[in-house]
Amino acid sequence: MHWSELIIQQTINGLTRGAIFACIALGYTMVYGIIELINFAHGDIFMLGLMVSLTLFAALGLAHTLGPWELLIFMPLILVLTMLITGFLNLAVDRIAYRPLRRAPRLVPLISAIGVSFMLENLALVWKGPYVLSYPDVFPSFDILRDVFHLESEIYVTSKDLLVIGVTIPLIFGLHFFVTRTFWGKAMRATAQDPETAAAMGIDVERMIMLTCFIGGALAGAAGMVHGLYYNIGQWWMGYQAGLRAFTAAVLGGIGNMPGAALGGFVIGFLSTWSDQYISARWTNAVVFSILILVLVFRPHGLLGEPAPEKH
Amino acid sequence: MKRSNALAGMVLVLSLGGISAAVDAAECPKGKIKIYTSWPLQGAMLPEGTGMKNGVELALIQNNNQAAGYCLEMVNLDDASPQTGKWDGAVEAENANKAVADPDAMVYIGTYNSGAAKVSMAITQRANMAQVTPANTYPGLTKKQGAAPGEPEIYRPRGIVSFFRIPPADDIQGTVGANWAKKLGHHKVYILNDQELYGKGIADVFETEAKRLGLEVLGNEGIDYKQPDQKPVLTKIRATGADLIYMGAVVETGAQVVIRQMKDLGMLAPKVSFMGPDGLFEQELLKAATCDAAMGVDMRITFASKPFEKMTGKGAEIYKLYKERYKIEPTSYALYSWEAGQVVVDAIKRADAKDREKIRAAIAATKDFDGLNGKWSFDANGDTTMDVMSGFKVVKADTPVGCKYEFDAVLK
Repeated sequence: MHWSELIIQQTINGLTRGAIFACIALGYTMVYGIIELINFAHGDIFMLGLMVSLTLFAALGLAHTLGPWELLIFMPLILVLTMLITGFLNLAVDRIAYRPLRRAPRLVPLISAIGVSFMLENLALVWKGPYVLSYPDVFPSFDILRDVFHLESEIYVTSKDLLVIGVTIPLIFGLHFFVTRTFWGKAMRATAQDPETAAAMGIDVERMIMLTCFIGGALAGAAGMVHGLYYNIGQWWMGYQAGLRAFTAAVLGGIGNMPGAALGGFVIGFLSTWSDQYISARWTNAVVFSILILVLVFRPHGLLGEPAPEKH
Repeated sequence: MKRSNALAGMVLVLSLGGISAAVDAAECPKGKIKIYTSWPLQGAMLPEGTGMKNGVELALIQNNNQAAGYCLEMVNLDDASPQTGKWDGAVEAENANKAVADPDAMVYIGTYNSGAAKVSMAITQRANMAQVTPANTYPGLTKKQGAAPGEPEIYRPRGIVSFFRIPPADDIQGTVGANWAKKLGHHKVYILNDQELYGKGIADVFETEAKRLGLEVLGNEGIDYKQPDQKPVLTKIRATGADLIYMGAVVETGAQVVIRQMKDLGMLAPKVSFMGPDGLFEQELLKAATCDAAMGVDMRITFASKPFEKMTGKGAEIYKLYKERYKIEPTSYALYSWEAGQVVVDAIKRADAKDREKIRAAIAATKDFDGLNGKWSFDANGDTTMDVMSGFKVVKADTPVGCKYEFDAVLK
C-alpha cells in the first residue's frame, strides 16, 4: 500500500467519522446559540434516534437488505419519521425540563439537562435492555471502486460511506440555507442575537426556541439512524460518548456558530483518524483534547466563533 | 460435644421418623459434613444455576453421599439479588458468612461470577475454609498474570491459598490462541485489545507467547470501543501487512464492528484473518451483518473446554450419566461443577477428618485427578494444570442468522 493511498483512505475514514460528529454538533450549537444552554441530553436524543429507527424498521418487518425500490420508499420514510419523533422528543424535553427554568440562573437548567440525559439513558436501558443491539443490515453494502467501477485499487469506499455523506451533507447545507435565507431562519437568528429586541419586533421568542429544539432533535435523530445503518450496533450508553465528541466539535468551531460546528465535527473526525494512524488509538482522546485546549488558548471563541456580548 | 449433639438428634429423629433415620445414623458413624454452594439460582441464570447444582449433586450421589465415614449434605445458596436477578456482592457476602458460621460446613463451592468470588474468597479464607469454583475464570483471583495491581494477594488475608479453580483461567486462552495461530500458518499478527481486564490480559499473554513462538508481533494496541469506528486503526493494520488480527475483547466491546470493517476495507482471508477468545463466543455476535464478514475473515475462537460430545474417557462417562439422570443437556458449567464436587469428596476422603484446614490442605494437594479432559493437578496458585481447549470457526449454516460456530480442533 502506497503512502498516498494510505492518506486517501484515512481521509475517507475521517470524512465519514466527521460527518456524523458534525451532524450532532449542529444541534448542540443551535440550542446553545438560542438559549445559552449546553443541552447534555442532546447525545441521548442521538442514541434514541438509533433506537427509534431500529424499532421502525422492525415494525415494518424490514430485517433484510433492501432492494432498490424498497430503499427509495422506506429509507426516506423512516428517516423522516425518526427525525419527526426525535424532534418532538427534544421539544418535549425543552417544555418539561428547560422552559420552566428559563429565568433561573444558568447553572440550574444545566443540571436539569444532565438529569434529562440520565433519564433518557435509563429509558433506553429499560426499553431495549443492556446488551449490544444489532442494527439490521438494511442498507446494501458493496464496494464502490471494484463492484461498480471495476477499478483495482488499495482504496476501499463502500456504499455505506456514501450513505453517511449523502445524508449528512445535504442536511448540513439544508440547515444552513434555512437559517440564512428564510424568514424563519432570520427570526431564529434575531432571537439568538437579542431575545428582548426580537420580541419587541414581534417575534414569538418561545416559538423560535421550540423550532430550534425541534430542528436540533431532528438532526440528532438523523445522525442516530445513519450511525445505526453504518456501524450496525447501538447501545444505551452510546449517546454520552458521541455527545461529548460533538460538544467538543461545537466548542472547537465556536459554540453558537453553525458553520463552525460543522467544521469542528470534520476537524475532530480527521484529527482522531490521524491520531489512530500515526500515534495510537489509546491516545486518541488525549490527542484530540490537547489540540482542543491549544486552539482554545489562542482562539477562545473557537475557530469560527466571534466574541459576542453577554446576554442578560 | 458434637457427638452428644448427634446422639440427641438421632434420638429425636428416631422418635419422630422411625427406621430410616436409624439407617442414616448407622451409615454415618462419624457424623455429617456440609458442603455449601453459592451462585445465582433465579431469573435468566436459573438454567445454568440448576445445571451447576446438578453437577455437584451427581458427584455426591456417585459417592452415596458419603466420604471417609461422614455423611455429605449439600446446602444450595442463591447469590442473586431478587431485585435484579443478577449476582449481588451483599448477598454473596451473606452466603459466605452463613457458610463459615455453620460448624458442619467444611467446603464452599462457588461462585459463578468472578466479581462475586472477589467478595467471598476473603471471607472463606479467614475461616480457613476451602473454596472451589467451577466457573470463575478471571485470572486475578489466583495469579498475577492478567491481573490488576495487588491481585491476588488482596483476596488472601491470611496469605494462604484457599481458593481453587476447576476451569482454566482466561489468560490460558492467550497462550492457546498463539499456538493455534502458528499452527494455522500465520506469521505476522497485530493484536488489539479493549483496554479492559479480561481483554487486555488475554492480549498480553497472547503477545508474550506469540513472540516466544517466533511470530512477528506488529503491535498490541488498546482501542476505544466506546467510539465504535475502527476503520482508521484497521487501515493502519492493513498497511503493516499483518496476516492475523487477534482481538482480546468480549461481545460488548466492539469486535462486531472490527470484523465488519475489516470486510469493508477488503481485509479478508486468506490475506487477513481474525481470532479471539471465548468472550466473543456468543451467537449474538454473528447477528445481522456480521455473518458474511465473520466468514470472510475466517473468524476463529478459542474456548476453555471441549464440546461435551467430543469428550472421551471420564468426560464421556460423566456426560452420559448426567444426561441419563437429568434428561437434559448439561449447561456450560454443569460438568465442571461435577468436577468440583468430586475434587471435594476426594479431598475429604484423603483428609479423613472433619477439619477445615486439613480438608483445605488435601484439596491443595490434589494430584493427577481423573477429570473430564484427562488427568490434572492444582498448581501452587490453586489453578488447574489442565490446558485442553477447543477451537471453533464460523461456518455457513441454516440458522436464522446464516452461520454458526463449528468445532474445529482440540488445542493445547
